[in-house]
Amino acid sequence: MTRKQRRLTLIGVAGCVLAVALGLVLYAMNDTIVFFNSPVDIQAKSVQPGTRIRLGGLVKEGSVQRGADQQITFEVMDAEAVIKVNYKGLLPDLFREGQGVVAEGILESPSAFRADSVLAKHDENYMPREVADTLKKQGHWQGEANAAPKTQ
Amino acid sequence: MLVEAGHFALALALGLSLIQFLVPLWGARANDPVLMAVAPTSALAVFACIVFSFLALTYAYLASDFSVLNVVQNSHSAKPLIYKISGVWGNHEGSMLLWVLILALFGAVVAISRNSIPMRLQANTLAVQAAVTIAFLLFILMTSNPFTRVVPAALEGQDLNPLLQDPGLAIHPPLLYIGYVGFSISFAFACAALIDGRIDAVWARIVRPWTLGAWAFLTLGIAMGSYWAYYELGWGGWWFWDPVENASLMPWLAGTALVHSTVVMEKRDALKVWTILLAILTFSLSLLGTFLVRSGVLTSVHSFAVDPERGTFILGILILFIGGSLALFAWRAPMLKQGGLFAPVSREGALVVNNLFLATACATVFIGTLYPLALEVLTGEKISVGAPFFNFTFLPLIVPLLLLLPLGQTLAWKRGNFLGTAQRLYAVFGLSILATIAMFAVTYDGPMAAPLGIGLGLYLVLGSLNEIVTRAWSKGTPLSVAWRKARGLPRSAWGTAIAHAGVGLTVIGIAATAWGIEAIGSLKVGERLKGGDYEVRLERVVPRVEANYREEAAVLTVFSSGRELGTLETMKRLYVTRGMPTTEAGILTVGLGQVYASIGDAQPDGSIGVRLYHKPLVLLIWIGSLVMAIGGGISLTDRRLRIGAPVPAKTMPPNAVPAE
Repeated sequence: MTRKQRRLTLIGVAGCVLAVALGLVLYAMNDTIVFFNSPVDIQAKSVQPGTRIRLGGLVKEGSVQRGADQQITFEVMDAEAVIKVNYKGLLPDLFREGQGVVAEGILESPSAFRADSVLAKHDENYMPREVADTLKKQGHWQGEANAAPKTQ
Repeated sequence: MLVEAGHFALALALGLSLIQFLVPLWGARANDPVLMAVAPTSALAVFACIVFSFLALTYAYLASDFSVLNVVQNSHSAKPLIYKISGVWGNHEGSMLLWVLILALFGAVVAISRNSIPMRLQANTLAVQAAVTIAFLLFILMTSNPFTRVVPAALEGQDLNPLLQDPGLAIHPPLLYIGYVGFSISFAFACAALIDGRIDAVWARIVRPWTLGAWAFLTLGIAMGSYWAYYELGWGGWWFWDPVENASLMPWLAGTALVHSTVVMEKRDALKVWTILLAILTFSLSLLGTFLVRSGVLTSVHSFAVDPERGTFILGILILFIGGSLALFAWRAPMLKQGGLFAPVSREGALVVNNLFLATACATVFIGTLYPLALEVLTGEKISVGAPFFNFTFLPLIVPLLLLLPLGQTLAWKRGNFLGTAQRLYAVFGLSILATIAMFAVTYDGPMAAPLGIGLGLYLVLGSLNEIVTRAWSKGTPLSVAWRKARGLPRSAWGTAIAHAGVGLTVIGIAATAWGIEAIGSLKVGERLKGGDYEVRLERVVPRVEANYREEAAVLTVFSSGRELGTLETMKRLYVTRGMPTTEAGILTVGLGQVYASIGDAQPDGSIGVRLYHKPLVLLIWIGSLVMAIGGGISLTDRRLRIGAPVPAKTMPPNAVPAE
């Protein structure tokens, strides 16, 4: 093979791999991305039932009910709307009534949600960042009181 | 007093770093050996200062000096000793101090290996290293000073985040940082070569051990982090494609590519420009990882108390170094002498394919990790890119690479013969396919992924074994001769084979998770929960009070097909000072698999939620990583890296001055 042909082979192979990768990424972007919504977003954007989403908000006080075999229901609310969540599993350590939560799963109807994972993956402020942002946007943010101590 | 001295030492280190940056750079330009000789001396002085500073902070932790803000926020007098020590880096300020400590350590090691590195290269390298040190010292002194005092002093500390109160904290961050920061040396060498405008096989031979060492440590650090998350978080998962994990995976992928491309450069004097670019990109990805983890753009256990000023500062460092080095690359790389081309079917051709796949796979992880952040900044829309995205994009790129791996490993340098190589692997193909079919036959109704993945892993392990065997033994060779020959093989050949076998073991461990079993239920004392062939019985729940937490421990007896295997304990803890609950998973190791249980909250009827997993062969995931790192370590002891590069007299630069 000449120098030129060798170079072309290399460029050809590289092009093919990159094209395949690009195709995979674009396809996956359409198919596997999960949007974050607060309860009011679901009404405002009229998210279709059957869509996989991340639902974030506050766990409504007094809404947590534990059934047999770790069947748990609770309500996630923001300033304007409430959605009922069904979940079978263990709740994370930092799950609390009145605190922030993010649940991932399928929206079953505009007011019911089946979660397959519940996250409370956040720092000691008990507030996932997405939830805090939503609350700030809606003007209901009062989280500064329990924020971490600041450097003077 | 010691605390102020530590603070002062840090400022002194900054001043010395400035000297280490400016003087050698000038010396290399003016060709002045006296000025160049400032580099190693100042690098050692910087290291000494930072060590002192680090020890001062450690002392403050050991003495529970609650007049230091950092100690107040992250320690407690009742905290066990090991967490007082490891707690030094279990917070933002301390972890950044560990970062520069390791940065300076690497500079010091380059400084003392003055005989094996040409003086000019050493001076330029240490100057670039000093530039990185300056940036991070400024960052620490201006935004994240660990030595800030509080007046009046607190009576008691606020304790360390309970998730971090684990032996893992003593091991994971140092290993990971040695890996992350170790790539700064490859980066500094690459920039030095660009500044000098010269690059050759000697350069590759000098850089390779640094890259290999950093890579081995990063491998261990990631594996350790993964195992820690697995047993600490209580979710039973070992990799979540979380942005924080991806932040360490990206430099690992680029570093793996770099380890391979330096081989080509060293052996064949080719791929020079690409290797330089890769060295820059690898460390850039390390910096990006530091930014993602430390700036607070992601919420995780890794992002300590967040301050927007810090994020902006690290972003500035990121832009300065990535932009600066890439600009240097764009300006100087065209002046580097191009290496020779080579045949597509050859060892070096295979290594190019390796680099191509690894770099592309790294790019998909990059897109998946940064796209949500970019989208949020641009449109405010919040999305999550999780495991499905990465399984769909990353796996199709990695599986072909793994399929080609044994072939590439067997191909000869310069002119390979594809069919001949494939012939040498007939037995490997045959055995792996037979094993896969056998697994299908036994578990015909199970998931497809497990037998296929295990077959692939087996193929990698056997391919590596085959490489050693066929190099040492051929038909008719007595075994004693073969053994002698095998022992006489270069250490790098052994290292390669062992590291690749490690990849195979990890692949087997990952694939076998498809056979895993999960069960969930509520148990009262005496009740059982069944998951597949495994079953647990709740024996009792024991309350305990320890120095800085109290816990409820559930004792479970594990049965397999009715036979008792042993007991495990899983706990719900409450760390008193922070009022923070955590779950400690209970694990019973059975061969290479594990029975894993964690408990949830107590129910109104007195039962507790129990989640039970059986994870067959799961330990292979981490054992494989360990084997990979050991392979890297064995490669490091190769004669040609130990002895150093022979430099023929006539290729010495005309004005080179021998080291005194």
